[in-house]
Amino acid sequence: MTDLGLWAIPIAVLGGAIRVSTPFLFVSLGEVLTERSGRINLGLEGTLVFGAMSGYALAYITGSPWIGVVAAAVAGALFGLIHGLICSLPRVNDIAIGIAMMILGMGLAFYFGKAYVQPVAPDLPSINFGWWSDVPQIQAALRVNVLFLIGVVLAFVMWWMFRATKIGLTLRVVGDSTDAARAMGLRPAVIRTLATTAGGAFAGVGGAYLSLFYPGSWNEGISSGQGLMAVALVIFARWNPIACFGAALLFGGAGALGPSLQSAGISEGYYLFYAAPYVLTLGVLIATSSPRQAMTGAPGELSITK
Amino acid sequence: MSDQATQPAMVLPDHGGVLAQLARRAEAILLPLGALLVGFAVFSLFLLLQGKSPVEFFALVYKAGFGTAFSWNNTLSRTAPLLFAALCVALPARLGLVVIGGEGAIVLGGVATGAMGVALAGAPAALALPVMLVAAAVTGAVWIGAVGALRHYRGVNETIASLLMAYIAIALMNHLVEGPLRDPASLNKPSTAPLVETLRVGDIPGWDVHWGLALGLVCCVLAAILIDRTSWGFAARIAGGNVRAAQIQGLPVGWLIIGFTALGGAFAGFAGFFEVAAVHGSANASLATGYGYTGILIAFLARHNPLAIIPVAILLAGFEASSGLVQRRMDLSDATTLVLQGFVFIAILISDTFYGRFKVFAPEKWSRT
Repeated sequence: MTDLGLWAIPIAVLGGAIRVSTPFLFVSLGEVLTERSGRINLGLEGTLVFGAMSGYALAYITGSPWIGVVAAAVAGALFGLIHGLICSLPRVNDIAIGIAMMILGMGLAFYFGKAYVQPVAPDLPSINFGWWSDVPQIQAALRVNVLFLIGVVLAFVMWWMFRATKIGLTLRVVGDSTDAARAMGLRPAVIRTLATTAGGAFAGVGGAYLSLFYPGSWNEGISSGQGLMAVALVIFARWNPIACFGAALLFGGAGALGPSLQSAGISEGYYLFYAAPYVLTLGVLIATSSPRQAMTGAPGELSITK
Repeated sequence: MSDQATQPAMVLPDHGGVLAQLARRAEAILLPLGALLVGFAVFSLFLLLQGKSPVEFFALVYKAGFGTAFSWNNTLSRTAPLLFAALCVALPARLGLVVIGGEGAIVLGGVATGAMGVALAGAPAALALPVMLVAAAVTGAVWIGAVGALRHYRGVNETIASLLMAYIAIALMNHLVEGPLRDPASLNKPSTAPLVETLRVGDIPGWDVHWGLALGLVCCVLAAILIDRTSWGFAARIAGGNVRAAQIQGLPVGWLIIGFTALGGAFAGFAGFFEVAAVHGSANASLATGYGYTGILIAFLARHNPLAIIPVAILLAGFEASSGLVQRRMDLSDATTLVLQGFVFIAILISDTFYGRFKVFAPEKWSRT
């Protein structure tokens, strides 16, 4: 490796931001979809972990990482569907159901994942954007995974969908006022359940990225709250998919700070830097919340902002 | 969340008989019990699909959790932290807050106990132990009270904030026990220096269970009195139902929120104290074993009633106490407990939808059949 001195840190943070942000991006896009319909799914942490396990298992069995991604999406959709159906019952607390689904998702993932801790599954392919440089650190930083690019495209597509398509407008009406949606002849419970199902599929793909690219293996510590942070990130991004992309990069950079400092030889207070993404999330929540008025851009029927 | 147990206060004259009273109370007990059984049934189905015997599973849980005096001691030792962890969820729930980060207060309460114990190693136990206990409680109270303050002053969602702070607490603990507070002699598992023998909390005389159980039971009773028999508890219930109405009534909503979350955090800090002073002997990563998360399930199963927390915590402690034997005998993974908890949790939340749906629990509807 070329010795870059302290320059290695910003390069590693940039590369880390791109690498670490992908799960944040997918989970937050899924959560935007769900929350725009007026429901919150706090259980995406469990969906992320289960997606990571099922994606890894299927990629190992079939030898194709893409089948793994599809399997993770299907598993995530199933979790979303269950969450959506239960929340359609009257007087059931969607926040509490999220916590329960988080516990169940992690439990099932750990239970079925025991057999896949040892085997090695094929990785997802990545594209090398660092070919112009001779510095290995820059080359490593710019090795961008295909899922990241797909996620970026999806963010723009979703933004356009909310603005200009019938599906997007339907979701927004249901999310802003159950009564208005009913008056238009829409069925809010059905639409919310579908939105939660689709949101779960996104989170599952985010999980597959964790186990199939970075860190690229399955173990029980694969996610440390990324699913939960992504939910907070949606509030910060004001339910705007493109802002989610920016926020995901920021959070990815914060998550990469600890490991990059360590690789540059700074180990003092390593565990405190490890806490950086959580502190950043909390700081962002404090800065963007308000005790008095509803947040701008918040769906009117959302339980956490009402 | 509406509280079913408080309904009998408005008994209608026509239906005030003993039977009617009983029917109303029965709903709050029988529905959670039914949900628990449904959760067990779904879990049994899961085991059957894995080719394992649910009968063997529950028989082993009974044997290792409740079958002998030895297993009862084991179960009751694990009950203590669960009582405290569940109170940390149940108290804020009176105000309609879902606080799920009790694990953070347990962990930091334990670190405070370990650090204080090292500093007071030469002091007499009668002085040092109360100081350690208070340090743990204050640490927990500040940690969870901050969640309440953020909620009240900044409108920050308490569920997300408390869980984020649990992650931060664990990172902080790792930093402290690997760095400033580390005992150089702890090689494989970085820990604070072990407590001197005089500062260890012993067992309740005649039992094989440490004093944490006794304090936990006392705290549950005190919490029940606070909620049901004092004006603070009454004010909290009003604020939990409708913040605006409570403010118009002139109730100090902010102080109620901070007070109840801080008290819950102090209880969770007690759990950390006993884990260090009675179980491990020093603060290290063993503090973060998930008691805080099991406490969430217990509080919801008990419908946030402090007295109901006691039997529910004993039941779930029995499951935890038996998990080692179940894993070995049935070749099940340690994640089995988590799967069981997930199924039971979902069943209990679904049961919320059935309150008021069954005529047998509503005496005013009896005559209309």
